[in-house]
Amino acid sequence: MRGDETADRTRRFQDLVLIHLDAAYGLARCMTRDPVAAEDIVQDAFLRAHRAFDGFRGGDARAWLLTIVRNNVRSWAAARRDRAEQALESVPGQGADIADEAAPTPEAWLAAQEDAADLRTLIEGLPPAFRETLLLREMEEMSYRDIAAVTGAPVGTVMSRLARARDLLAAAWRRREAGETR
Amino acid sequence: MTACPDKAELLHGLLDNELDVAHARELEAHIAACPACAEALSELRALRALLAQPSLRHTAPAALRARILADIGAVDPLRHVAKPQGRRWSPQLRRWGGAGMGVAIAASLLLMVAPFDRDAGLERELVAGHVRSLQAQHLLDVPTSDHHTVKPWFAGKLDYSPPVPELAAAGFPLQGGRLDYVAGRPVAALVYRHGAHVLNLYVWPGEGPRQPAFEARDGYNLMRWRDGGMAYWAVSDVGAEEMHAFATALAGAVAAQNPGKP
Repeated sequence: MRGDETADRTRRFQDLVLIHLDAAYGLARCMTRDPVAAEDIVQDAFLRAHRAFDGFRGGDARAWLLTIVRNNVRSWAAARRDRAEQALESVPGQGADIADEAAPTPEAWLAAQEDAADLRTLIEGLPPAFRETLLLREMEEMSYRDIAAVTGAPVGTVMSRLARARDLLAAAWRRREAGETR
Repeated sequence: MTACPDKAELLHGLLDNELDVAHARELEAHIAACPACAEALSELRALRALLAQPSLRHTAPAALRARILADIGAVDPLRHVAKPQGRRWSPQLRRWGGAGMGVAIAASLLLMVAPFDRDAGLERELVAGHVRSLQAQHLLDVPTSDHHTVKPWFAGKLDYSPPVPELAAAGFPLQGGRLDYVAGRPVAALVYRHGAHVLNLYVWPGEGPRQPAFEARDGYNLMRWRDGGMAYWAVSDVGAEEMHAFATALAGAVAAQNPGKP
């Protein structure tokens, strides 16, 4: 019987969680901009999700999974930063955060996107907090409430991050189009 | 053009259907009277259309899926790298097949997956049609989610009447329809969406297996079956499980539309 139960659990996991593999990979890939790191992050996230699956009591499996992926991305980014800034003493909690403070002014950001060849590069060049919010909304079509659940930000912040992300993108795209037709 | 400062963020809420009715009404009334906000909203819509390109979506590599399946014990970790067994199966199915039929996922999947007689030319045409529909502006001739609009639209253009079921409840909202040419004849192509994925369903009077048969070609999944004298071919990049869910939902909806018919 035990074997049947395990098989049943595995099948349920695939039906509920594994179907969101592309969503998980898309988030990891866009946030890390690193295909290899993205695969590692997603594989580890599924391992964690599988281990924690008995504790999953229904609800939105995709939001649950993406929260795990996001945490992995944060750990990855923090570890990378630590390696890069070994000389500097890290401030607890700060390194792992995806903060709005890191956001540049629109002008500075636009100037830095001079070479972005296409829309994907532009998206991947967005500040992390804007990028993940935009991705969850436009690619995953999640509600503000679900995005808030995944990112741990209030719903109002989700809306303002989306607004800023779209404004930056639209401005960059307009400028690109204007440049092309000239 | 710049929207009114106090409305700028709310426009995003409106675009995303996140405003309550009162606020949405109020904002819409404002937009009707304010060209700047109206233009800002239409720019947002244009950006959304730009971001809807399938090419912006990442698909997880097949090798990653394989590793995860092995991790969670869905396939035998020692054998999931089994050697190819011919070109009949998609990499995914080949892997599952190679892992042994006793495996849970393979067992559940293979029951419904029967390799069908290859009609390579037709398959190629259908996949090409699907890809073409994603590339050009030719996804939809009649863009509407209302099946009562799509069905009559075909009436003057085809010598048969394809069933046009709405499958939003099953997670496949209808996007519209299109006329396509397959095997030298005009056929109905119905376009459904599943998350970020597009699914083309070709329907014409013809033959096919009673049980949905599954095939993969050029990275796309195809599923074909026959129902009430119509041949159905679904083409998409959604996974095999979702294709099967789609076929099941569709068969159910068609049966419900034609009570009493075989």
